[in-house]
Amino acid sequence: MIKIRELIHDYIKRDEEGNPAGTVRAIDDVSLDVKPGQFIAILGHNGSGKSTLAKHLNALLHPTEGTVWVNGMDTKDVQRVLDIRQTAGMVFQNPDNQIIGQVVEEDVGFGPENMGVPTEEIWERVEESLKAVGMYEYRKKSPNRLSGGQKQRVSIAGVIAMHPRCIVMDEPTAMLDPSGRRDVIDAAWTLNRGEDITIILITHYMEEAIRADHVFVMDKGRIAMQGTPREIFSRVEELQKLHLDVPQVTHLAHMLRQGGLDIPEGILTKEELAQALKKIGKAG
Amino acid sequence: MGIKLENVSFVYEQGTAMETAALREVSLDIPDNQFIGLIGHTGSGKSTLVQLLNGLIRPTSGRVLYNGEDIFGEKYDRKALRAKVGLVFQYPEHQLFEVDVLSDVMFGPRNLGLDEKTCKKRAIDALENVGLSEDYYKTSPFDLSGGQKRRVAIAGVIAMHPHILILDEPTAGLDPRGRDEILGLISDMKKKFEMTIILVSHSMDDVARYVERIIVMGNGRKMFDDTPMEVFRHYTELEELGLSAPQIIYIMNELQRNGLDVPTDVLTVEEAAGEILKKYD
Repeated sequence: MIKIRELIHDYIKRDEEGNPAGTVRAIDDVSLDVKPGQFIAILGHNGSGKSTLAKHLNALLHPTEGTVWVNGMDTKDVQRVLDIRQTAGMVFQNPDNQIIGQVVEEDVGFGPENMGVPTEEIWERVEESLKAVGMYEYRKKSPNRLSGGQKQRVSIAGVIAMHPRCIVMDEPTAMLDPSGRRDVIDAAWTLNRGEDITIILITHYMEEAIRADHVFVMDKGRIAMQGTPREIFSRVEELQKLHLDVPQVTHLAHMLRQGGLDIPEGILTKEELAQALKKIGKAG
Repeated sequence: MGIKLENVSFVYEQGTAMETAALREVSLDIPDNQFIGLIGHTGSGKSTLVQLLNGLIRPTSGRVLYNGEDIFGEKYDRKALRAKVGLVFQYPEHQLFEVDVLSDVMFGPRNLGLDEKTCKKRAIDALENVGLSEDYYKTSPFDLSGGQKRRVAIAGVIAMHPHILILDEPTAGLDPRGRDEILGLISDMKKKFEMTIILVSHSMDDVARYVERIIVMGNGRKMFDDTPMEVFRHYTELEELGLSAPQIIYIMNELQRNGLDVPTDVLTVEEAAGEILKKYD
C-alpha cells in the first residue's frame, strides 16, 4: 500500500527578511512498508518527524531525497497528485479546520463532488460514509452544533466518501474528550476491520496503539523502534528515554516485575495482568 | 476569601430560537490556595463557567462574588479582577504577538498601568518561574518550540500576579514530556505562590495525579465536587457523562473482579504498584 525508501525531508529555515538561512532535517533516512489492510500506529514526541512523514503520504510534501510510493504511485509525480490524495485520505488534529459545509451531509459530499462523481452516487456515498462512522442521524445538522468527537467523525466520513484505500490520521483525538476519543478510535477500527481500509494512526496516546498490527516509533526524524505493540511496549525504559509513555497497565506490570514479582514483560491489557497475577497465586 | 458562585445560570442567545442553557443554577466555593481540577465533556458548561469566574461574561441569573463583592456590582472594577483571576486559554501560544519573549510577557503588567521597571521585573520573575532563562528574552516567540511558547504564554499571565490561575487544557497537543513539564511547573507555582489553580482538563490521569479537588460538570450542572478519590469512585456515572476515570482505577477493579485482594482506591500507577507489592511481600 505504502512503500518508503530512504526518505529525507529538509525544511528550509528563513531569517526575518524571508531569506533562506539553513535547513532543518525533519526526516532522516526513513524506509518502511505498509501492507494493504494493516492498522499502523506511529508514535513519537513533538518534533520527532511523525507529522512530516504523514504529509508525505498524500503528497502534501515532496521528498528532499528518497521516494514515497502510494499504491505504486510515486508522490513526486505531479500528474498523479489527485489520485494519490484520493487513495490516501488525511484527517488532521483540529476538526474545526477541516469542516467547510453548512450542513453535515453537504460537508461529506464535498470531496466526491470535487472529484466529479455523479450526483446520485454522491448521495449514496454520503449515506454509507456517515453510517460507517455512526453519524448518519446527524446528516441534516449544522457542524457547528456538534461536539469535537462528532465533528472529527464527520471529517473522517468526508474522507471515506472519496473511497480511499488508506486513511492517515494525524493525532485525530488530541483535542477531544474521553468519549469523543473512544468514538473516533472505534470508527477507525470499524473502517479497518469492516471495510479493509488501511489505517495509519499518529498519536500520543499509547492506549490507542496497543491493538495496532504494527507500531513505528519515531525520534529525531528516524525510526527508532518498530514491531508489534507487545514487542514495543516490552521496552519500557527505552520508550521513557524517548520521552514516551507506556500504557498504564504495562507500566504497572513493569513496576511489579521490578519489585520482584514473576510477571512477563509487555503486558498490554488489564485482563492479561489479572491472569499473570493469578498465576503467581492469590494476594494476601 | 476567593470566588463564590451563587445559583448562577447562563443562557446563550436568550429569547432566540438558538437559546441554549449553558449553566443551570451552579453554586460553588473556590477558596484561596487550592488545586482544583475542572472536568466535563465538550459542551458540559466548563468553558462558560471559566469565563464567568473572571467576569468575561455576565450570568443570566445568580451572582458571582470575588472576596465577598459582586463582580457585576455597579462600580466593580472588572479590569482589576482579571489581573487577580488569570485565565490561560487553550492553545495560548496562538496569542503571542510581541517581537520578543520579554516584551510579550511585559504586555500584561503594562496594561495594568505599572511603571516600566516593575513590568520588567515581573516579566523576568515570571519567565524564571516557567524555566526560561535570559537567553530567550530577545528571541522572537515564533522561533520557540510548542512547549516553550506555551510557557511564555503562561508567564504572561503569571506576571499579572493573579491570586487564582485558571488554565484551560494547558497540555492539549503536547507530548508526554511536554505535558509533565507544564504540569510540574504549575504544581511548583501553586506551592510557591500559594495561589488557587483551576485546571480544566480532559485527561483524568493528569487530574488524578495533581489536584486535591475535582469539580465535574455535565449538561450545565455541577455533578460532583469532591476529592479525586471520591469522584472517581463514581466511574460508571462519569462514563455516562462522556468521561472516564484514570486507567489505573479500571485496572485495579479488574484485578479485584478476578479475586485478587487489592484496593481500588488508588490514583497513580506508583501507588498501585506499592499496594500490590505489599500484598505479595
